[in-house]
Amino acid sequence: MLAGPVAIEARDVQKTFRIPHQRVDSLKERAAHPFTRQEYRELHALQGLSFDVHRGEFFGIVGRNGSGKSTLLKLMASIYRADGGRIRMAGRLAPFIELGVGFNPELSARENVVLNGVLMGLGRREAAKRFDAVIEFAGLEEFVELKLKNYSSGMMVRLAFAVMVGADADIMLIDEVLAVGDASFAQKCTDVFRERRDAGKTIVLVTHDMATVQAFCDRAMLIADGELRYIGDPEEAALRYYRLNFGGPDASDGGPREGGVPDVNARLLDAWLENEAGERVENVQQGEPIGFNVLVEARHELVSPVFGFHFFNADGVTVFGLNRTLELEQGRRDVIPGGTRVRIAGKIENPLLPGRYFVSAWISRNRSQGDFAMHVLRVLDFVVYGTKPGPGNVSVNADVEAFLETEPAE
Amino acid sequence: MTTEALELREVRGPSALGGGRQRSLDLLYLLAATEFKRTYFGTVLGYLWSLARPLILFGVLLVVFTQAFRLGQGTPHYEVMLLFNIVLFGFFQEATTTAVGSMVTQEGVVRKTQFPRLVIPLAVVLTALFNLLLNLVVVFIFILAFGVSPTWTWLLMPVVLASLFVLTTAVSMIVSSLFPRFRDLGIIWTVAATALFYATPVLYPLEKVSHTVREVLTLSPLAPIFELARKWVIDPHAPGPAAVAGGYARLLVPAAIYVAICVFAVWIFNREAPRIAEEL
Repeated sequence: MLAGPVAIEARDVQKTFRIPHQRVDSLKERAAHPFTRQEYRELHALQGLSFDVHRGEFFGIVGRNGSGKSTLLKLMASIYRADGGRIRMAGRLAPFIELGVGFNPELSARENVVLNGVLMGLGRREAAKRFDAVIEFAGLEEFVELKLKNYSSGMMVRLAFAVMVGADADIMLIDEVLAVGDASFAQKCTDVFRERRDAGKTIVLVTHDMATVQAFCDRAMLIADGELRYIGDPEEAALRYYRLNFGGPDASDGGPREGGVPDVNARLLDAWLENEAGERVENVQQGEPIGFNVLVEARHELVSPVFGFHFFNADGVTVFGLNRTLELEQGRRDVIPGGTRVRIAGKIENPLLPGRYFVSAWISRNRSQGDFAMHVLRVLDFVVYGTKPGPGNVSVNADVEAFLETEPAE
Repeated sequence: MTTEALELREVRGPSALGGGRQRSLDLLYLLAATEFKRTYFGTVLGYLWSLARPLILFGVLLVVFTQAFRLGQGTPHYEVMLLFNIVLFGFFQEATTTAVGSMVTQEGVVRKTQFPRLVIPLAVVLTALFNLLLNLVVVFIFILAFGVSPTWTWLLMPVVLASLFVLTTAVSMIVSSLFPRFRDLGIIWTVAATALFYATPVLYPLEKVSHTVREVLTLSPLAPIFELARKWVIDPHAPGPAAVAGGYARLLVPAAIYVAICVFAVWIFNREAPRIAEEL
């Protein structure tokens, strides 16, 4: 896709929060200790971020909790003031970051739509004029005069989203919006986002739902500790996000396989998948067994080790897991001397539906105490391909039939 | 898709009137009207309730000060003066005590949208002003019923209201912008407002107070406002602010305090506005 002109330009944006060691939030305390200087710990939420977002782009910002992504969104929305650098924007911004902000439960939907419309940057008349369209979009025509406190939460979300769409801003900043509403409404949101994007609107979405990022975003940015770690392809951003989340704090710039795991008593040497013919493969066909291979090396003596693996889907939800202890010949102690290699391998029945999956691994020692010898590390990333998608993540053998219980009436 | 560069505007962060004047006005109107509607249409007897409060206070004080303490003796139209003053002071008290916590009450919009910060205390003051104007209608009915004859000076009433409005707004700006950082300000201000109620010539005419006490009380910028209101509306023969204070020169002090409060309000509000969202 050809990049449009720059709609949001951020240059060396910085934000520091001063966190008092001991919060003095009363005049009484201030008066009691008038000469004590308050001591602060400085929290560098954003340390010099620069990026451009182009017009007509669906731009994702991802990062862990506390990475500074929401702070960045608040700076763009003029909720916080930056301490350094500058942000410039073109076009009308919907200056809000959450649906339904400012909704007043005591007021009717009609009044709330106008109030919310103005909050999103419309004039009062303009907001009133768009009211019918908003209500129609939300499908709430029958409940126009109902007070908002009598609305169900689903209705409220629909109304809030409809107002946002109705405000028709050039730039929309959204914090985790798609996590709300039922499936059909989520679909409607999806359609709207695509349509807005095609109409040349710019959408900035902050999320930690990687499925959304991969499904929607044209580009994505990964932030960690207030610094930009990656900007570009959403797939890559999502992948790096996973590494960051499951690979320990140091695994962010190297790949997971070389990942610097803190206190290492065991080291991952290799991890791969094999097909039926014993060849290494990147991806697995639906229904074919997974040839699973992991090779690790003990650096120091490991007593009573356990090798654990979790398979999880693109949303980060664990689909299944397994753990193994060492197979011991008669009379041997359950100890791995330093320098010994261990291979965990075998075939796994593959009930996984088409999609992307990840495997994380960990090794603990002294079974009873559960110390980590190797911390959780994302070791494999593969796709199950096939033509029989379905709901959920797995297909299971089910001896279930549908038949007529009573004879149909003639 | 065009590739010509777009005109970029700098994002300046939150401020007192960020987002443009029109947007601020729209939001101010909506916020104040919403609050007003909520008070008056929320309950069936909404308006009567809000009128009942000053009237009950008036009834109690009237009995106390005309029957028990006889403070009103020798003051022409003491009853209506008392009612009038209570309603005027009620505006100041209601607006400022509601304004203290207003940033926290409106936390949602402060933390989740770009919202011109000044609109929040201003909406509170405006709501109280609507309320005052409605109450004044009732007060003037009382005034006429008690036999006060209308004079041309009634037309000067807007001057009194305007100066009270400005002072109320300034105080509301100060307390609302400081509250997020100093959470005990709510309690402190409630007490301070009650103290001011007694320090302002609401219950008594200033000329009845002993000379020393009067010298202190005439320093308050509220005093001349109440004195003028009384002279212009209730009793043309009342001494007026200059006579009570002991000369026009003495009025310079409360005038200077008045200006200082307003200047301080603008300064502190502009200083605190950008960071209010972070303190909540």
